[in-house]
Amino acid sequence: FAGLADVSISEDIPVEGEITVPVGSHSPDEDYSTLDEPVRDTIMRDLKAVGKKFVHVMYPKKSSALLRDWDLWGPLVLCVSLALMLQGGSADSKDDGGPQFAEVFVIIWFGAVVITLNSKLLGGTISFFQSLCVLGYCVLPLTVAMLVCRLVLLAGSGTVSFIIRLIVVVAMFAWSTLASTAFLADSQPPNRKALVVYPIFLFYFVISWMILTFTPQ
Amino acid sequence: AAGPRPGTMSAAGAAGGGRSGTAADWGGFEDNMQGGGSAVIDMENMDDTSGSSFEDMGEMHQRMKEEEEEEGEAGAAEEEEDGEFLGMKGLRGQLGRQVADQMWQVGKRQASRAFSLYANIDILRPYFDVEPVQVRARLLESMIPVKMINFPQKIAGELYGPLMLVFTLVAILLHGMKTSDTIIREGTLMGTAIGTCFGYWLGVSSFIYFLAYLCNAQITMVQMLSLLGYGLFGHCITLFVTYNIHFHSLFYIFWLGVGGLSTLRMVAVLVSRTVGHTQRLILCGTLAALHMLFLLYLHFAYHKVVEGILDTLEGPNMPPFQRVARDIPVVSNAVLNTTAKAVALTL
Repeated sequence: FAGLADVSISEDIPVEGEITVPVGSHSPDEDYSTLDEPVRDTIMRDLKAVGKKFVHVMYPKKSSALLRDWDLWGPLVLCVSLALMLQGGSADSKDDGGPQFAEVFVIIWFGAVVITLNSKLLGGTISFFQSLCVLGYCVLPLTVAMLVCRLVLLAGSGTVSFIIRLIVVVAMFAWSTLASTAFLADSQPPNRKALVVYPIFLFYFVISWMILTFTPQ
Repeated sequence: AAGPRPGTMSAAGAAGGGRSGTAADWGGFEDNMQGGGSAVIDMENMDDTSGSSFEDMGEMHQRMKEEEEEEGEAGAAEEEEDGEFLGMKGLRGQLGRQVADQMWQVGKRQASRAFSLYANIDILRPYFDVEPVQVRARLLESMIPVKMINFPQKIAGELYGPLMLVFTLVAILLHGMKTSDTIIREGTLMGTAIGTCFGYWLGVSSFIYFLAYLCNAQITMVQMLSLLGYGLFGHCITLFVTYNIHFHSLFYIFWLGVGGLSTLRMVAVLVSRTVGHTQRLILCGTLAALHMLFLLYLHFAYHKVVEGILDTLEGPNMPPFQRVARDIPVVSNAVLNTTAKAVALTL
């Protein structure tokens, strides 16, 4: 939780209500009461937080909700679903796609870590986990693109389907890059935004390429 | 550090009367202190490594007990008793907890010290202090060989550009393997691409740095990394173009032209920083050979896939790098084979 120290709260405002933990307990009283509430409430609160962030990604405006209340559930769910959908794309039916799942996982998380380190080294003010959170959530458009691609491939795999898939993937790739740029580039000094945007572009390009060249068994 | 040495323990025990900082004794193991604030060194048990370890352990435990009780009492009250056994029995549980607590704190202190020393990314911060215009200028400069080789040329020790270029090269390799119209298991693909590019950048940089050390060239490791990294810009351009336009002659033109230019620049910069003809020859010959051969390797290792693959479709054993052409029904194998061979022959 050391990274939360980067979140700026002015000194004269009492801290109650500003605690940036995902479960969002607002006062010591509520701390005790969240132990007694039914499990359904706890789960629904987390799910709502994740859902709200999904909405923020699809319609990126400058809100700080994604940054302040970071959580890694959303990225995990997206990563796992993307890796699962990308599995089974090898032509050799003998191998079970095990390494493929792990590779997608590793690429996404390793790439996100590298981009975060890069933006920190360039003098960014965002913390490590906040950046991971943003990058992970912005994989959502690409997951949607993967879904669409799989559906299109069910219909057929000719040139027309390739063109449709190409358009969809390119559009989603642009959306992902713009969404994450909207959140991340603000934390940089103004003249260095291009230096931070380029690795993000590369990262989503690699993922888009994996999606576009996927063909089912 | 190994377990507490008997020498340290006995010294600390003997000097118990003058101590007040109990936690410092535990921290003294790593600092190899001989007793907490006391100047008395007990030589009696200093090098007692000859006896059986059982005796040593017994001695050590005895000293530890004395330590415990002394610390317990110093913690409870501000005065020290020398070898006082009163109150030890009643406080045994508490003493154990206190000892465990102190050991935990020492361990935590050590770990956080090591972490802040090694995992501090601020060490790398000065190498990423660039502006976009600077990066662009350096990219273009990396293709222009310098003329003045009698005067040491300035090399910027920057790591952002080279790192981004290596990642771009990885992405281009990935793209190249896909546009060869083949399907490769993504597992080995990504790992190979990253391993190749990073291995080349770091490995060849280190090797040339070592040679530069032998040949008395004035260059630091960061500068070498930076120089070689920017030299990969030519590779990126060449591969990007030739992976999309499959003409062998075009590749050779790019190899000599673009690859040659970036190699010439690196060589010229190195020559300007080296004295002596033999040394210059060794250093620059090695660098030029490695750089040009790497480009050749990247093109052919990841591209002859298209021609060679269809031959292996008939064989029962597939090569480990399993590449299978996409959507080719078994029936038309023979037709495709002959066509591909004809095409390959004309290139």
